[in-house]
Formats: sequence, C-alpha cells, structure tokens
Amino acid sequence: MKISDEEILNPGHVACPGCGAALSMRFALKALGRDTILVIPACCWSVIDGPFPYSSAGIPVFHMAFEAAASTAAGVKAGLLAQGNTHTSVVAWAGDGGTFDIGIQALSGTAERNADIIYVCYDNEAYQNTGIQRSSATPYLAWTTTTPVKFPKQEQKKDIVEIMAAHRIPYIATATVAFPEDLTKKFIKAKSIKGTKFIHLLSPCPPGWKSKDQDSIKISRLAVKSRVFPLIEIENGEKYKITVNPKPVAVKDYIRLQGRFRHISDENIEQIQKNVDRNWEKLLKKTEG
Amino acid sequence: MKEKKIKFNKIGDLPYLTVSLGTTRVNLTGQWRSFRPVIDYQKCTRCMICWKFCPDVSVIKEPNSKKAAPSEKIAHLPAPVINYDFCKGCGICAEECPVKCIEMKPEKK
Repeated sequence: MKISDEEILNPGHVACPGCGAALSMRFALKALGRDTILVIPACCWSVIDGPFPYSSAGIPVFHMAFEAAASTAAGVKAGLLAQGNTHTSVVAWAGDGGTFDIGIQALSGTAERNADIIYVCYDNEAYQNTGIQRSSATPYLAWTTTTPVKFPKQEQKKDIVEIMAAHRIPYIATATVAFPEDLTKKFIKAKSIKGTKFIHLLSPCPPGWKSKDQDSIKISRLAVKSRVFPLIEIENGEKYKITVNPKPVAVKDYIRLQGRFRHISDENIEQIQKNVDRNWEKLLKKTEG
Repeated sequence: MKEKKIKFNKIGDLPYLTVSLGTTRVNLTGQWRSFRPVIDYQKCTRCMICWKFCPDVSVIKEPNSKKAAPSEKIAHLPAPVINYDFCKGCGICAEECPVKCIEMKPEKK
C-alpha cells in the first residue's frame, strides 16, 4: 500500500513537537482524500486545528461539543444524503475522552443505528489537552496529574474495541502511526464499507507520556511489538484478523521509554506482562473463530 | 507558498459565523525549534522515511533535485528537503533515519 504524495494537512498547526495525533491525521487525510468532512469534539485536535480564523485540516471541519461527535457526524451524513450526495465521507475524529468517557453514549447510539460514518478515536491515554487528567483509557499504574505517583491508576484500561465489537458494526480496526501502510489500508477499506466504522488509533503524546519528542514513532512501534496494542481488524463484530504480527518483545522495553511509568517496579511490569499475555491469548482464540 | 495574516479592523469585518477563512500556513511554528535537523546529502539514500514520519508536514519531496547524492543511481529520485518555516525540531526524522544522515544541531540565538 503506497502512501499518497498529496499533503492535505497544512503545516503551521499547533500540535506539540512529536505529536502522534497530528501525524495520524496527516496519514488519515492522505488515505481519505479531499472529499471528506471532519467532525471534531473537544479534544487535542480542536486546538491543533488552529485559532480562528485559520484551520490546518485543509477540508471542512465541524467543531462540536464534547459528547456529540458521533451523533453530529451521523447528522451531517443525513444532511448530505438529503442533498443527494452519496460520495462524501463523514469522519468523527475524537480523542479518548470523547470516546471512552464522555462521547460513548452518542457513539453507542450511532453504532446501533449503523449510521454511515467513520468514527476515529485517536487514543493518547488521558485528557492531555487540559493538563493530563486520567481517563478510562489510561493504562494500569500510569501516572497522570489526577493519579499521582503515590496513587497511580489502579484500574485497567477500558476495552473499547470489544465494546464496539458487541455492537456488531461492519468494520472495526486498530492502527498506529508507526505502521502507516497498515493505517492507510484500513482507512481506505473503511471508506469503501457502508455503515458505522470504528478505527482505534494509538497516538503517542510526548508531554503526557513524559517521553522524548523523537521517540514517538519508536514507542508506537514497541506498543505493537510488545502486544500492548495489537493491530487487528474485526468484520461484523465476529471475524477477527491480526493484520501486523511482528516478532514479540518484552513489555518492559515499551514501558521504560515513558516517564509516566518511571515509578513502577519490576514486579509491576511482570504483572502488566501477564495481563498483556492473557489478552493476546484471548485474541488468538478469537481469530481462530 | 506564503499566506497573509487575516486582520479584522472593525466589528463589521467579522464573518457572521465562526468559519475558517485561511490556513495555518501563516503560523510559522519554526520559531518553536531549539534543535535544527540538517540532512547530510552525501549520505542520504532518499528512502523518504523522514518525509513519511514528519508530523508537521515539514519534510518536502523535491523532484528533480540538484542536491548531492551518494551515487548516480539514486540521483533521479526525489530528495527530502526540510521546511524550516514550520519544522518544530521534534527530531523524529533524525531518530527514524536508517542511515543516520540527519543531525540535530542546536539553534543559535
């Protein structure tokens, strides 16, 4: 799969240096093309897009309230259909707060009605934009400003992909910026399918994960290699497929690059490794049928 | 491609709705940079991995480039050129470069 040469995203956007979300958008726009409308709730991207009267996205963007990305996208699509426009794709582009916590009600309703939209959750594992508060996407034992080092997060990350699979929507995929060919392929496939499509992107956040700016791609690659974030596709909520399966590495390699995990001990890492292994076994069983 | 800043001198100049009237190309984010990526074209194999992973759309493909190339065989390929107007100096290009031909040099004030 070749990545398009056309640059739809404009430079000058105000993402932090090394931002995974900005790079995700660049690849997504390359795959989807200019015939796309974006709906963005409150999230990092409502800032990255730029201050009034400027916009970096290069395509129409509709800024919406935090909880309403999915339903607004469904409404925009219904409006287009009423005009007889069947070719424009509508993309809801939300962070993990707007998907896992605040936007899940609208997302669930939209998925149940199977509205013809692509819902993208770029997951940076906390409310990074407002000052790194914990979200239900924050991983076990991670530091955030609301789960300080003495009381790191005690809960596991919510399994949003399984929640969406339970809605039996036509297409679900996970992707990350370190594998842009895979990401592009999934966006092009999602565009060709009718119904609600859900794409979960892991998007490294240097200020929030307390990692080095230049390590963003390395971390996202290690997330896949260590099987913390497997790259999969699910069709109709039941047909599972692992799309990229590189040689595995230890979870430790992934965790030690991030300052938000600096306080955790080797026993804790052992525990996380066990969880990751168990989830991987479960996933393998699902791919078998 | 340089764009002009949009100015509203009186209230009547404002649009009726909060719509975008221009792109963020007026916002020169290159000022944020504390390290400057410099490509050594004698070593660069023109694989374009730096172009692929740039989050700020600041590595540009230059076709028919006159830049130096390590061998004649690859001289016809497009060369990566860094747009210092917008490069924020994150260093992803230098980190991901397979031949390590990009050096991050401190910006002098």
